[in-house]
Amino acid sequence: MMKCKKNIIIIVMISILVFSLGFGANAKAFRVAVIMPSSINDLAFSQSMYDAMVAIQEEMGKEEFQFVYSESMFVVADAAAAIRDYASEGYDLVIAHGSQYGSSLVEIAPDFPNTSFAWGTTVNTFSDQGITNIFAYEARSEEGGYVSGVLAAKLSQTGIIGVIGPIETGDAKLYVEGFKAGVLATKPDAQVNISWIGSFSDVALASEAAQTHINVGADVLTGTAQMVVGAIGVARQRGVLWFGTQADQTSLAPEVVVANQVYDWTVALKPMIQLVREGTRGGSAYVLTLANGGLKIVVNQEALVRKTIQDIIEGKIDIEL
Amino acid sequence: MKYRDIREISMNFIPIAAFLLALLIGAIMIAFLGVNPLVAYHALLNGAFGSINALADTVVKATPLLFVGLGICIAFRAGVLNIGGEGQLVVGALSATIICLVFPNLTGWILILIALFFGFLGGAIWAGIAGFLKAYFNVNEILSTIMLNYIAVYGMNYLLRGPIMDPLQVKLGSFIPQTARLSQAVDLPRFIPTRLHLGTIIAIFFAILVYIFLWRTTIGFRIRMIGQNIQASRASGINVQKYMVLAFFLSGALVGLGGAIEVIGVHHRMFTDGSATGFTGSAGFNGIVAALFGQLHPIGTIPASLLLGALLTGANKMQRVVQVPSALIGALNGLIVIFVVGSEYLRRRQTRRVERIMKVEHNSKNKNKKEDK
Amino acid sequence: MEAIIIGVLKSAIRLATPYLYASIGETIGQLSGVLNLGVDGVMLMGAFSAFFTVLKTGNLGLGLLVAIVVGGIFGLLIAFVNVTLKAQQGISGIGFYIFGLGLSSLLFRTMIGTVQTVSGFSPLSIPLLSNIPIVGEIFFRQNILVYGAFALVPISWFILNKTPLGLSIRAVGQHPEAADSLGVNIVRIRYLTVIFGGMLSGIAGASLSIALLNVFQQNLTNGMGFIAVALVYFGAWRPLSVLSGALLFSTVNAIQIWIQVKGINIPSDFTLMLPYIVTIVVLAAMAKRYVRPPKALNKPFERGE
Repeated sequence: MMKCKKNIIIIVMISILVFSLGFGANAKAFRVAVIMPSSINDLAFSQSMYDAMVAIQEEMGKEEFQFVYSESMFVVADAAAAIRDYASEGYDLVIAHGSQYGSSLVEIAPDFPNTSFAWGTTVNTFSDQGITNIFAYEARSEEGGYVSGVLAAKLSQTGIIGVIGPIETGDAKLYVEGFKAGVLATKPDAQVNISWIGSFSDVALASEAAQTHINVGADVLTGTAQMVVGAIGVARQRGVLWFGTQADQTSLAPEVVVANQVYDWTVALKPMIQLVREGTRGGSAYVLTLANGGLKIVVNQEALVRKTIQDIIEGKIDIEL
Repeated sequence: MKYRDIREISMNFIPIAAFLLALLIGAIMIAFLGVNPLVAYHALLNGAFGSINALADTVVKATPLLFVGLGICIAFRAGVLNIGGEGQLVVGALSATIICLVFPNLTGWILILIALFFGFLGGAIWAGIAGFLKAYFNVNEILSTIMLNYIAVYGMNYLLRGPIMDPLQVKLGSFIPQTARLSQAVDLPRFIPTRLHLGTIIAIFFAILVYIFLWRTTIGFRIRMIGQNIQASRASGINVQKYMVLAFFLSGALVGLGGAIEVIGVHHRMFTDGSATGFTGSAGFNGIVAALFGQLHPIGTIPASLLLGALLTGANKMQRVVQVPSALIGALNGLIVIFVVGSEYLRRRQTRRVERIMKVEHNSKNKNKKEDK
Repeated sequence: MEAIIIGVLKSAIRLATPYLYASIGETIGQLSGVLNLGVDGVMLMGAFSAFFTVLKTGNLGLGLLVAIVVGGIFGLLIAFVNVTLKAQQGISGIGFYIFGLGLSSLLFRTMIGTVQTVSGFSPLSIPLLSNIPIVGEIFFRQNILVYGAFALVPISWFILNKTPLGLSIRAVGQHPEAADSLGVNIVRIRYLTVIFGGMLSGIAGASLSIALLNVFQQNLTNGMGFIAVALVYFGAWRPLSVLSGALLFSTVNAIQIWIQVKGINIPSDFTLMLPYIVTIVVLAAMAKRYVRPPKALNKPFERGE
């Protein structure tokens, strides 16, 4: 008799649970929390994610999709506390937008089996460690880098091209190597000079690096991470072409920014959200590529036209008929 | 008598009043951002003390602050300012990490002790350089510690993207600048289910040790004497140079130990985001503040770092709940430091006044007694 | 080769500019006995306010003026905390640094929002001088704030060494008791030097945001204010030596960039270390010409106690 009662209770409870889950998925909005290492307006890595969040919200509507964020979480221990806190507050998806957060995520995710987590940039979902609720995402930034490299080689008159990066790791390393490969594939005798600033925030040093690149003859520059805003200014001032990455940097120097590789994280996030809604909490990795539209090359024709006209006026281009 | 009591109590409230005043200005700033300050501060309190987990986070945050604070106490007592905490934390953490990577198969406790020792030594040497340069080459310690902070960070970046980078990162092609996860054997025991780890106990143990060292040993006495009066110390035959290097050495050792404990207690690996802050959370600077809030006394630094840890932890929670820009948190922290430091003088003056009153009362009592006789 | 030397030295001069303003300001403050570690925070506030003003009005002179005023206000606050409230100077400075960093970022977020550019001070060729080969190119085709920074060195030297005011400043930093007994108003002198130092830090920030970089971003200075404080010690409280320190640090940094750009095969982390290492080593090598810091540095003045 007692056993029977217990069973009934369990059945009732389970049905309530299933009911509420099934019902809840439709009734309540999908809630996302994002933790980002720099500020949402850095014109680089963090902004690319913030823009994706805004885009998804616009598409799905505020009723259906809500998000909160913690920006400038460069202190990893604080980010870990934020990740844990968001998870315990029942967000459907917690995104740790920085590769430095991975080791914290591995510790936290198993404690919240009903929450989905995502992190990048990497393809490691930790499924080899038996964790099933982590997604991973990355951008093949070398692809856009290669495209920009090809264009840069074509546009360069001096055959010298300057590159400015933060530290030689992760996303920045991939972009720079892709760019270099693109240049050399197009113009094997071109010279690609690379300088690393040693930080993501030293705007002044990045700008002096740009000056030095131009001084040794570079007429096309590129750079990655948020400290390059100073270098873009130098490129503009000295009339040297610029290729951007991570976010559209045209607004900083419309005269010289030729093209930007832009990350569209919605390509990774939309299927992720779909999976979470269907009940899969993690395990897959998403890669932004040119093929799946996650990487876009935003070309600013104005700069190209201007440059070509200028070159013809200055006699740098000889039109052979 | 009653008057004196009130005076005595009131002087302890001065820093607290300053603290509250800073929060009030913060409240105005929060209101300007269109957020109800009460809601915001409720979230702050909640984030710092609201649950077992919140409390544990506060204590975890306070632990490196305490280590740095202790190091600062020693340096300050010797009359030098060690603003190289960031670099010393990094070097301490790196030393511990490298030794754990080199000997992955040692028994847990032995490896933990070795790791802690290497953290201690790493920080000590890094600060010792500054002490040595000051004592024998007259290189000012503010200059050398600032420069050494940068050198430590670039060294860290080099190691983490090269020689000690996680081999998996190369294999995956994601090149994240971090080491492999250290052997689980070297994880400091945790007070499950929270993130609280044994490091906090070690920190408190060292606080007591530093107190005994500074006030109960000859070496400690000499270090304090140099801080109080360098000429007199020299005149009384103390080898000032030697003790200055020693003070730096010990100061950095404690900071380095804190770095090592962050690695084996919290992160279980070393990583970089290009700066020191990602790993240290600016503990190298905040620890200086903790030491001052604690009256530059090792025991006082314990509650002071706890308070600061609570503030930093709670402020992050506040940012999450009311979604204000994180920059507000920085501005608020800065205000609190300025106000509390600024209030110190009023407190000191009040203390002196109370002492004077007490003296007067004491004297008049004695007089009364004499007259009674 | 000539082009390279010109390029490197031109870079060095530009890099040295913000350090010079901030270091000279800090030098004068320290000579009167006040240590201010909050320079970086004040620089950030100066950088933001100048940038914001120029963004809204397009008036560069006004931008500079606002930076000076904001820097001065910060100087006033710092003086109040350090001189009147006699705070522990090493720590109050850290408070001002954290506050300035936070406030400038907050204002940037709420009042500007995204990274934008302005057209700042452009290079101004000085007639005749700019035509001197090499030297003209390096020194005399810079923007006006660069000239200002270098002009500040002899001016501050003159004030500190040749005027009664300079004498008072030094006296207040060396022997406050004696100065007090001679009727020098210690509090007033210290307020004056710290406010002046704040103004110069404000210009240092403006030199980044409306002259050299023409952008503002959170934490734009990236710790430059701390290097500026370090350079005061390098220069042993003498403007001319501060100048040589700033030039040494900046030149090595410029060479370091050049080494990287030329693709010389050293890991970038090591070349990045160079300016810091060289500064320490050079200072250690010059140890013999040791100058004592102002005796009352970092010590609040308390009359008769």
